[in-house]
Amino acid sequence: MAGVTLKAVRKTYQGGVDAVKGVSFDVPDGAFCVLVGPSGCGKSTLLRMVAGLERITSGDIAIGQRVVNEIEPADRDIAMVFQNYALYPHMNVYDNIAYGLKNRKTPKDEIDRRVRDAAKILAIEPLLDRKPRQLSGGQRQRVAMGRAIVRKPQVFLFDEPLSNLDAKLRVQMRVEIKKLQKTFGVTAIYVTHDQVEAMTMSDILVVMNAGEVEQIGTPTEIYRHPATRFVATFIGSPPMNLVPGTMQADGSVKVGAAHFHLPPHDFLPGRSVELGLRPEDIVIGGADNAFDMKIEFIEELGATQLVYGLLGGAQLIVQVPSGSIGNAGGTLSLGIAADRLHVFDPATGRRAV
Amino acid sequence: MDKRTVFNNRWLPLLLLLPQLAITLVFFYWPASQAVWSSFRIEDAFGTSTEFVGLENYQVLFANPAYYKAMGTTLIFSTAVTVFSLSIALLLAVMADREIKGAGVYRTLLIWPYAVAPAIAGVLWYFMFQPSLGMVARGLRGIGYDWNPLLNGNQAMVLVIVAATWKQISYNFLFFLAGLQAIPKSLIESAAIDGARPARRFWTIVFPLLSPTAFFLLVVNVVYVFFDTFGIIDAVTGGGPAKATTTLVYKVFADGRLGGDLGGSAAQSVILMIIVIALTAVQFRYVERRVNY
Amino acid sequence: MVENRHWFFRLLPHVVLSIGVFIVAFPVYVAFVGSTLDAATIANGQMTLIPGGHFFENYYRTLFVGTAKTTRQPVVSMMFNSFVMAMTIAIGKIMISIISAYAVVYYRFPFRMAAFWLIFVTLMLPVEVRIYPTYKIVADLGLLDTYAGLAVPLIASATGTLLFRQFFMTIPDELMEASQIDGAGPVRFFIDTVLPLSITTIAALFVIQFIYGWNQYLWPLLITTRDNMQTIVIGIKKMIVTQDALTEWQLAMTTAMLAMLPPVAVVILMQKLFVRGLVETEK
Repeated sequence: MAGVTLKAVRKTYQGGVDAVKGVSFDVPDGAFCVLVGPSGCGKSTLLRMVAGLERITSGDIAIGQRVVNEIEPADRDIAMVFQNYALYPHMNVYDNIAYGLKNRKTPKDEIDRRVRDAAKILAIEPLLDRKPRQLSGGQRQRVAMGRAIVRKPQVFLFDEPLSNLDAKLRVQMRVEIKKLQKTFGVTAIYVTHDQVEAMTMSDILVVMNAGEVEQIGTPTEIYRHPATRFVATFIGSPPMNLVPGTMQADGSVKVGAAHFHLPPHDFLPGRSVELGLRPEDIVIGGADNAFDMKIEFIEELGATQLVYGLLGGAQLIVQVPSGSIGNAGGTLSLGIAADRLHVFDPATGRRAV
Repeated sequence: MDKRTVFNNRWLPLLLLLPQLAITLVFFYWPASQAVWSSFRIEDAFGTSTEFVGLENYQVLFANPAYYKAMGTTLIFSTAVTVFSLSIALLLAVMADREIKGAGVYRTLLIWPYAVAPAIAGVLWYFMFQPSLGMVARGLRGIGYDWNPLLNGNQAMVLVIVAATWKQISYNFLFFLAGLQAIPKSLIESAAIDGARPARRFWTIVFPLLSPTAFFLLVVNVVYVFFDTFGIIDAVTGGGPAKATTTLVYKVFADGRLGGDLGGSAAQSVILMIIVIALTAVQFRYVERRVNY
Repeated sequence: MVENRHWFFRLLPHVVLSIGVFIVAFPVYVAFVGSTLDAATIANGQMTLIPGGHFFENYYRTLFVGTAKTTRQPVVSMMFNSFVMAMTIAIGKIMISIISAYAVVYYRFPFRMAAFWLIFVTLMLPVEVRIYPTYKIVADLGLLDTYAGLAVPLIASATGTLLFRQFFMTIPDELMEASQIDGAGPVRFFIDTVLPLSITTIAALFVIQFIYGWNQYLWPLLITTRDNMQTIVIGIKKMIVTQDALTEWQLAMTTAMLAMLPPVAVVILMQKLFVRGLVETEK
């Protein structure tokens, strides 16, 4: 077992395109690390560099104590689950799972034992003689997992493994993958663009944008204290509301007619800021930081309602329990706790308070 | 697979099909049936009338040692050309499929012989190996090798095999390259992570996945060697010396033209048709089954 | 991929491919050298790999005068014949196969599948296997030594029809439905929608069929008897005769170079279309 360490890892493609611009972080042994970000943010490239499928332009990648920059994928002691599973179409399920062991000259009876163990864990024993094309999407996913766990590698790598499945199966597999990883205690790096997967699966969450790391932390830290405007709007659904405001001498933020009082901070007064309010943090009739909003539109989600209105000229979405509000037109009295407010510097996009 | 909606018109579609059908009937079906028809008949001595003789033409054919010789020649010729051109093309395609500098340039430089007419390909090789003035032939004689394809049947055979292989490499190369590039990259990457070294990746992953392409090419090459190489043989050896390079197709041509034995020539044509139809049928069966998938 | 390979294995592809290119190019280079020498150098076996100084003389004589001893036809007229034949075959094939594919795909009529199979089966009958009966029919129709006789029998074949049928099947049904709603009949739909969408397929098929037509050998060999109807591929064969003294090798090689030039240029200049046409017509 081993952790993974990235130090100033950079990838520049021929023609000068920077896909990854100097990324550093640690994944401790046994942790489940999720790389999340919009498409083209460099997360897959980063994963493929850990796998050894892409060369790194500069920096260091270490698995355990060993720097693996120049080590071939086969010798890194990793296993990878691809987005399209990459099952060998001409081999049956058994041979697909056994292939990596055969290449490593594992004794035949040992291979057989391990393949059957893996098949048992994944409940695909009846499928061992089938070819990949005879399997459903979920079954293929399991075979791909089987191929990874049978090798007992140091690190599991996942490249958007659930994106080809339907919504229901995705939830189910999400749980299974996480359980398997905990059972084996193997370090995992998991790439996804789905923020629900990112939040639910990760021990460590790495949010990436445009080839750079925006923030690293536990899912709760990232949700509670987003370091940048990008992270704030990327994590959380519906996304965080951002409204323009001005910092007052008393340390509050003025948005339109409303004042929002913040915990103590040292940001200079007079500056314009962006105030962030998560739709689910705003409460009807709240006493702290009370303000009024005209209801323009309501979206019914079943368990909750999304109420649309305006605050300081910007759109505001409020998430409230279903049945709280009858119809559009009226004015709503709202409030939000001071420690649930986020303030960003519009110039840098970074968190100010 | 049919269109959901169609146009309603009775006569327009027939009008559109007419040119194609007319030419097909006149120049394909009519001559083919003529061949079948006259393979059961013989002409009288003056060529004025014909007589139904049943399978006699076929019996004569299969009693003729020259026909077996042509069969043997065809077998050697087609096996050699197919094996050589496929394996050389596969080697080149695998090399060109690597991530190397200038892969596109190599491709361009390797595919153009497809555009050279078989007869011209024959002439080019003949020019180098013509015993008295060919450059390479003189070289061979210079090192003491008695090279004369005009007299030595085996050497003539080698020469047509080389010319036919040369011409066919580019075609096979293109299809192998296309086949290689159609293999999902993630399979190769997955195999690399699974610990398979390049040689093992090739034999356990790439080659099996390439087998539909290889099988398709095998059939196409056999058909090529049977028919399209006519020009090469005619230009290089004219079927000689002593009929050493007379293949089945060349024999149809030579017997019909020189011998005037139309019934016998027709019987040979019919046998060839059966061979092509059988080959094509085999190909369709396997393409349907997709060999590996 | 991170691959730590010995320098030998990194160099290997270049070595193998260079040898391949050499094998492919060498015969043509020798022919080129031959086309720049004088008759005596070749006949006396003194040829080397260094081009001689008779390039312009040989190409001029070949193109506009012809060989003195054998074919006696200026090659420019042979090239014209080859060009007419190749163009007629390519364009004719595209025209008749695109309309027949349109009929099979966009109409329902009795014996539709029968017609399709009737065309399809011809894939299996190359001209070589039915050469004499076809010759006889062309002779009976009085088409020997005519452009029509050279081209028309080769125009019909299933490849084009199959290719277009396959392509038409990929055109979304909604396009046809929309244009029906817009009041376009079958002819308008064909001209306004199907034809423009088919341009690349047409071009790819054209490249392949032009090469096919230009390189025909057996068929023109049989049905042309007059010298002025010869194609260049036939012409070069006739320049090379067994009595060595009669063969003007330098002119024969010049002719070979000229015969290769148009189709090879097409392949190199239109490589994308060529590859596409080749791969698709065979599928």
